Amino acid sequence: MRRATETEETVYHPKKGPEGTLLSIEDFNLWYGKSQALFDVTLNIEKGLVTALIGPSGCGKSTLLRAINRMNDLIDGLTTTGSIRFDGTDIYAPNVDVIALRKTMGMVFQKPNPFPMSIADNVAYPLRVDGVRDRKVIRETVESAIKSAALWDEVKDRLNESALGLSGGQQQRLCIARAIAAQPEVLLMDEPCSALDPVATAKIEDLIDELRGKFTIVIVTHNMQQAARVSDNTAFMYIGKLVEYGKTSRVFTNPKVDKTMQYVTGIFG
Amino acid sequence: MQEPESDKSPEEKPKEQPPPRQRNRAWDLEARGEPFLWGLGGALVLAILMILGFLGIVLYNGAFTFYPKPVETVTLRDGKKVAGELFRTELFKPEPETLHALPAETRAEITQHGGMARRILYRTGNFDLYNEDFRWVSDYEVAGTTTSPGMYFVERLEWGPFIGEVTGLDLNGRTIQGDAAHGAELTRALGEATKRRDRIHDLERNHMGKVNYSIEKERLALKEADLRYGKSSPQYRNAEALHEERTTELNSLYTQFAEEAKSIRERDAKYTILLADVNGKEKKLKLSEIVRLYPANELDTWGRVRVYLARWAEFLTQEPREANTEGGVLPAIFGTFCMTVLLALAVAPFGVVTALYLREYAKQGRLVSLVRICVNNLAGVPSIVYGVFGLGFFAYLVGGTIDEVFFPERLPSPTFGTGGLLWGSLTLALLTVPVVIVATEEALAAVPQSMREGSLACGASKWQTIKYIVLPRAMPGIMTGLILAMARGAGEVAPLMLVGVVKMAPELPIDSIFPYVHLERSFMHLGFHIYDVGFQSRNSEAAKPMVYVTTLLLITLVFMMNAASVFLRNRLKKKFFTGHF
Repeated sequence: MRRATETEETVYHPKKGPEGTLLSIEDFNLWYGKSQALFDVTLNIEKGLVTALIGPSGCGKSTLLRAINRMNDLIDGLTTTGSIRFDGTDIYAPNVDVIALRKTMGMVFQKPNPFPMSIADNVAYPLRVDGVRDRKVIRETVESAIKSAALWDEVKDRLNESALGLSGGQQQRLCIARAIAAQPEVLLMDEPCSALDPVATAKIEDLIDELRGKFTIVIVTHNMQQAARVSDNTAFMYIGKLVEYGKTSRVFTNPKVDKTMQYVTGIFG
Repeated sequence: MQEPESDKSPEEKPKEQPPPRQRNRAWDLEARGEPFLWGLGGALVLAILMILGFLGIVLYNGAFTFYPKPVETVTLRDGKKVAGELFRTELFKPEPETLHALPAETRAEITQHGGMARRILYRTGNFDLYNEDFRWVSDYEVAGTTTSPGMYFVERLEWGPFIGEVTGLDLNGRTIQGDAAHGAELTRALGEATKRRDRIHDLERNHMGKVNYSIEKERLALKEADLRYGKSSPQYRNAEALHEERTTELNSLYTQFAEEAKSIRERDAKYTILLADVNGKEKKLKLSEIVRLYPANELDTWGRVRVYLARWAEFLTQEPREANTEGGVLPAIFGTFCMTVLLALAVAPFGVVTALYLREYAKQGRLVSLVRICVNNLAGVPSIVYGVFGLGFFAYLVGGTIDEVFFPERLPSPTFGTGGLLWGSLTLALLTVPVVIVATEEALAAVPQSMREGSLACGASKWQTIKYIVLPRAMPGIMTGLILAMARGAGEVAPLMLVGVVKMAPELPIDSIFPYVHLERSFMHLGFHIYDVGFQSRNSEAAKPMVYVTTLLLITLVFMMNAASVFLRNRLKKKFFTGHF
């Protein structure tokens, strides 16, 4: 779908997902108090693909990501205009159940944030808060989620030990396991590798590759190589505006906008 | 780039450079670390030394109070004798007239010491004979001092200790004289007397007390029927008949117990001991009046230790006697403990819920800041003001209403409408709630935001996040606040004097009479006990050691309760922080 855009420079022909668009963000503006953080962002996120949001610090990529599962609601004085549609329903409509919305979207944060409880309890947490009491279901889900997060072999003998005893990379994979345990449709990742060493980063990237197709993944990163390696589509943002959005291979090799080219070639950023 | 100045000749250069700045060492104190290290560290050391010194004094004086001392017999120049435990020694300046009356050589000696003479305070006991417990003996009065083996230290139920010799026993007509009166016969007779005393106490306190309580309950039931149905109603007549029947039954039971007690008493009066003080004055005592007696100068170390331990056991497990200056402090220990536990139970939910709202739910703005300032200021209100508030609000208003609604038959005598354990605890809870709020708020603020976000992103509600993530993580900090509150509350006396603490309350707040826990009862408190013993008793000299012992006990109790909470907190910590990032 080619769309006429207000922002002249935005180039818009991303790779199409096999199942169409899952999230469509339209003319989305966001203010923290009086300062505007996002300006007329319009972009479609394709179902089953990995979409990377790149851009220099403070460009609004994390804000956009957190707008998708309404984590920004925690901040006082937040206002938005425009819409984000998830499977056709506007998630900023007044009657939306935010908790139910977040249950359909797993989120992984910049710094690994396992809860101070056992490994198994960490992964079971989304189920527990959802009211699942069946121990068998919980055990099976925990096992499959940890296996999906490529962590099973490392932790299978100490599922009841504290999650805080794991290494940073293991903790982050545990957080991914926790995010996918409740079978969400979208997986939001906010710079998941920025606190990790290269080996752990490689493991997470392999994992993202494995999860491709099972979940719609949106990943914020300021590591351009990482975006190039793991994503299908890449959106480049600059001071609150979407500058260019398209197929990753095209954005990195043949950017249509000067700003994008300067950024991906390292002239600024 | 070359600058024009560099073209100038090299010998001109040093002139242009400013002279190296001279540091003024006297004014540069702040720039150097050591003086501040010493100053700040010194302040810490001073503070610790003061605390340790205080604890040391209390511990030293408290720990040795109960250790039996030898009884010295002092023969005075005028032929009189004084016998007693050496209590303390001091130097004093004798009056000129007294000095004048002394022999010349003694006078010379005193003048040599700058006009100061030494005197010794003896604890002589025998208050009933001489109207004094203590006696100063100046060195110049003394003709000789001995520790004679026959002297006994006798602790009695009344009149304080007796110090003298045991001259005879009269066991139901069988008289024993002289040395035979000291040995196994005395021990056996004392054991039997103690049993009789305990039996009488049991009958009067427990059995007759229970019957009295039941009679009172019947009376109240009748009055309730009167209040509810009126005197002319059939219900009232039924109740009256029932009351008549039961009261008769109870009264006969009461008479039965009273008669048993009377017969034991009569028999008890026939077992007596004959004592004689150091000047030969005789005193006849019932054996059952004796709490403990020991030959003060004949005890070996083991014997002394046994007396020491027996005194501690009495102190910890018995009720007070003699206007609280003797006997034990069990009701006070129990009262302090119950009050502190109740206080913790009341203050924990209040403080935590308030702090949770302030930190997690309330919109941070001017109003919340104002509330926070008010809470902090509450901690600075004088505690006696809380006492007045507790009396007016809890006891008179809330308690009075409870009485009117639930216990109208007992009026005008109040049930909850006066000071009591519950109101005391609640008042102290009010006093300590700011501590808990502040500590809890800090603990909540210390929970990383990433934890909350992680939980919310999993689809947890705010309450689930608080319950599963925030509260467990903040628990050690909350416990710290509770510990501080308990320590503060356990040591507080002033407000309690208004809302429930009394000088003497032998009935414990928990006993075997339904409903087993009596929150409306007044109670004893170790802090108030210290005040009462030390400053309200007949003989402050005799009370001083008890003040030390009671203080030691209060500090130990508070320390133990705190240690228990710290232990609990550390276990919680272990549960939630088993690893590191």
